Amino acid sequence: MKFNLRLKIGITILAIFVLASFLLPFLNHVDPTKQGSFFKNLRPSLEHLLGTNSQGQDIFWFLIYSIRNSLILGVSVSIATTLIATLVGLSAGYIGGWYDRLMMILTDSVISIPSFPILIVLGALVRGNTSFMIVGIILAIFGWAWGARTIRSMALSIREREFINTARFSGSNRLEVIFNEVFPYVYAYIVVGFINSILFVINTEAALAVIGLSKVEIPTLGSIIFWALNYNALFTGQYLWVIAPVVATVLLFLGLFLTSTGYNQMFATRRGHA
Amino acid sequence: MIALNNIVATYTTVRGQVNAVDNVNVSIPNGNIVGIAGESGCGKSTLLKIIYGDILYPLSLSQGSINYGIEGKNGEISTKDIGQYWFKRISYIPQSSMSSLNPVVRIRKQFLDFLEPGQNKKAILEQVREYIKGLDLPPEALDSYPHQLSGGMRQRIMVALGTYFKPDIILADEPTTALDVVVQKGILLLLMEIQEQMKNTILFVSHDMGVHYQISHKMLIMYAAKVVEFGDSEAVFKAPMHPYTRMLIEALPTIGDAKEREGVSGRPPSLWDKLVGCRFAARCPFATEVCKTEEPEFLEHQPGHFAACHHVDRVRQA
Amino acid sequence: MNLIQYILTRVGAYFVILFIGITVTFFLPRLMPSDPIEGYINQIQTQAGQTMDPEAITKLRQSLRELYGLEGSLASQYVNYLKKVLLKFDFGPSLSGFPKPVSEYILQALPWTAGLLGISIVFSWLIGNLIGLLAGFFHNTRWATVLEVVGVVLYPIPYYILALVLILLFAYVWPLFPLSTTIRPGPISLEKIRMIIYNSFLPALTLVLAGFGWNVLGMKALSFANKEEGYVKFARLKGVPPRTVMFQYVAKNSFLPQITALALSIGGIFNGALLTEILFSYPGLGLRMRTAVGNGDFNMLYGTVTISIIAVATAALIIDLLYPLFDPRIRYQ
Repeated sequence: MKFNLRLKIGITILAIFVLASFLLPFLNHVDPTKQGSFFKNLRPSLEHLLGTNSQGQDIFWFLIYSIRNSLILGVSVSIATTLIATLVGLSAGYIGGWYDRLMMILTDSVISIPSFPILIVLGALVRGNTSFMIVGIILAIFGWAWGARTIRSMALSIREREFINTARFSGSNRLEVIFNEVFPYVYAYIVVGFINSILFVINTEAALAVIGLSKVEIPTLGSIIFWALNYNALFTGQYLWVIAPVVATVLLFLGLFLTSTGYNQMFATRRGHA
Repeated sequence: MIALNNIVATYTTVRGQVNAVDNVNVSIPNGNIVGIAGESGCGKSTLLKIIYGDILYPLSLSQGSINYGIEGKNGEISTKDIGQYWFKRISYIPQSSMSSLNPVVRIRKQFLDFLEPGQNKKAILEQVREYIKGLDLPPEALDSYPHQLSGGMRQRIMVALGTYFKPDIILADEPTTALDVVVQKGILLLLMEIQEQMKNTILFVSHDMGVHYQISHKMLIMYAAKVVEFGDSEAVFKAPMHPYTRMLIEALPTIGDAKEREGVSGRPPSLWDKLVGCRFAARCPFATEVCKTEEPEFLEHQPGHFAACHHVDRVRQA
Repeated sequence: MNLIQYILTRVGAYFVILFIGITVTFFLPRLMPSDPIEGYINQIQTQAGQTMDPEAITKLRQSLRELYGLEGSLASQYVNYLKKVLLKFDFGPSLSGFPKPVSEYILQALPWTAGLLGISIVFSWLIGNLIGLLAGFFHNTRWATVLEVVGVVLYPIPYYILALVLILLFAYVWPLFPLSTTIRPGPISLEKIRMIIYNSFLPALTLVLAGFGWNVLGMKALSFANKEEGYVKFARLKGVPPRTVMFQYVAKNSFLPQITALALSIGGIFNGALLTEILFSYPGLGLRMRTAVGNGDFNMLYGTVTISIIAVATAALIIDLLYPLFDPRIRYQ
């Protein structure tokens, strides 16, 4: 395997984010969401790398926990969306017929119906007794469609190939054919879809959180900005409170995007040589 | 006369350099249809590119030169400035008419690409309309989009594009391969007719010896980047001098012959290997020790009939 | 596929999506465990700071249920809902602005969203595709690489981050533009148009930048691949000058898939526009939606959401129906 530049940069960024957000919390013994843990509005120092905010919270640690929670949400929801996308895409592409048509109408509707308004309604309806889990489920409902579409078109093109027919005539049943013959070919698309889904989930949750419609009590890349705006961080000159999550988000998303397109590129060139 | 003087055409790749046309030295008299035959990868298309002057990285003309025998604005045209005379003096008819026409632009507009500033659009279009009528095309074909025409009509459009300016040289790269037999025949007859009138030189690449038999005045056979035989079609088909040409001709079916045909068996050597001796030796039924060690020279064995083989006499008698 | 078949398929798909969308907005609140009416009554009670007389509560509940169309069987509710929404454009009165009907609020907000979205999509699509075309056509030059890097960096940045950065830079650090939108009502005048542009600039810039990376990268990949097509190579061999090859051949063919892609992604762009409106307090549908959530104004919420679904589906349909104008392969068959 030869990693291209995009993949190298992407994976490096992701590795730093994952390691930092999952290992560093072991060094910290103060709940970053607790208000008044420290003096307010401290400048950055060795003790408080990004200073503290007007609520006496350490911005660095709040950010680390936010990244970790966003990553946990992104990855766990994406496992679900990728499973649904793979099942729907493979079965639609392979079984075909009315089943395929039905699934595609469903998929295209989920893609073309604007998700944000419906998420706002859902957020409003479950507000108050919402949990992080429910936010995750709601995101999963919208996150699977693009992946299913790509995987289906891949499965469609593979279905007509020689070796599938051979497998079919030699008496393997449908499920066996799908998993032994089709799956290895769509594997790369599933990986790319998984990474893109992480991007989508983290982004959408953060977008909802920024306008206060997610579970904002839990620190995520969106809720940290929500609180900063809520306590007028910009008016009161606490720029780091906003800039730090903005920079972290941009870097994390860039890392995810570079990994997904880099992996795609690598896989495309490898197929080209085969 | 087009003189190809010791041409070596090289592709530069990550693995290194490879000569797709290797030391070709042939003079083609004017006013002929020259058939170029050989397996895919033998260098036919590269040779056409070099002659056309379409030499872009990774391809380069690393040795040799071409005399086109055409006078341009600044004396005789060379490979350096041939690009200025594309379609006016030397034109090109590609293999696939479907993919060679812009699918979202009307045919007439694709003719007007040639328009030089200051020329009258309407008058030119009228001339073109008149011209394509002579090629058995309805004048409305000009107002169509490519997908509205049949494969045969599209290929006639390609012929019209390639011959409109009455160029001295026409390069045709498998112009009938994608068509069915009847349509193919129509296009071939059209090309022959045009050549008869305009007296241009057509270099006609095809892997189909049957097509060559129908239209080519001269044959040029390529094998593994080398020209192995060149001569009048009649002589080449009747008494080939190179065993490879012989194999190609024998693979042709003839009417009334029930005997099963043998294809050309085996594969040409990789151009990446260090090649010693005759490149065809491994597949050649006439090969002897000398073929494995010594490269045969490309010599004129009969007046106007060249071949590169150590055993020309044995091949002719067999 | 001929033109009529093409149009019928698109229009058919349009109605399927409308039907699914409107059905979802109908069933969503009814399948939720929490009852919006109880929530509203609780809210009134806490606002009043005292418990209400039980009889009054029952009356209020009754009238609210009628108002919301919650009386009768689920099936008859559904039919009534469809009739009201599709035929009469009636979403009931706004609860926070009682008795002004929701549809009036929507008609006020819609031009803002449509204007902001329309202008920024056109700009971002045209500029992005032109730059992508240049970067793809001259892919081996240094500035093409620079443009690609800009596209790659911009592509994954979410709307809210772009909005925040623009607010931070151009409303706080260099206060060139207003922090949030304030446009006085009144008749259209030159001064008012100037105010609208001044107030819309940053939200529009957010949307343009967000779409920029997407368009540049998409078009670059398409035109790069298109350069390998037979007709482009043949055009070069005909001696057609590079400028003509780029515009007549590469551009004319590569921008067609970008039209289809725009139709598919219009929902996503719309999502971004709603978010941008909320962050800039821009008086469009997004802000209405957000305030409706804050006020517990469910009629307003469902009205704006339903309109969003209809608007996005209609915009996508219009783009799809315009497509044959650019692609003769569908227009003439």
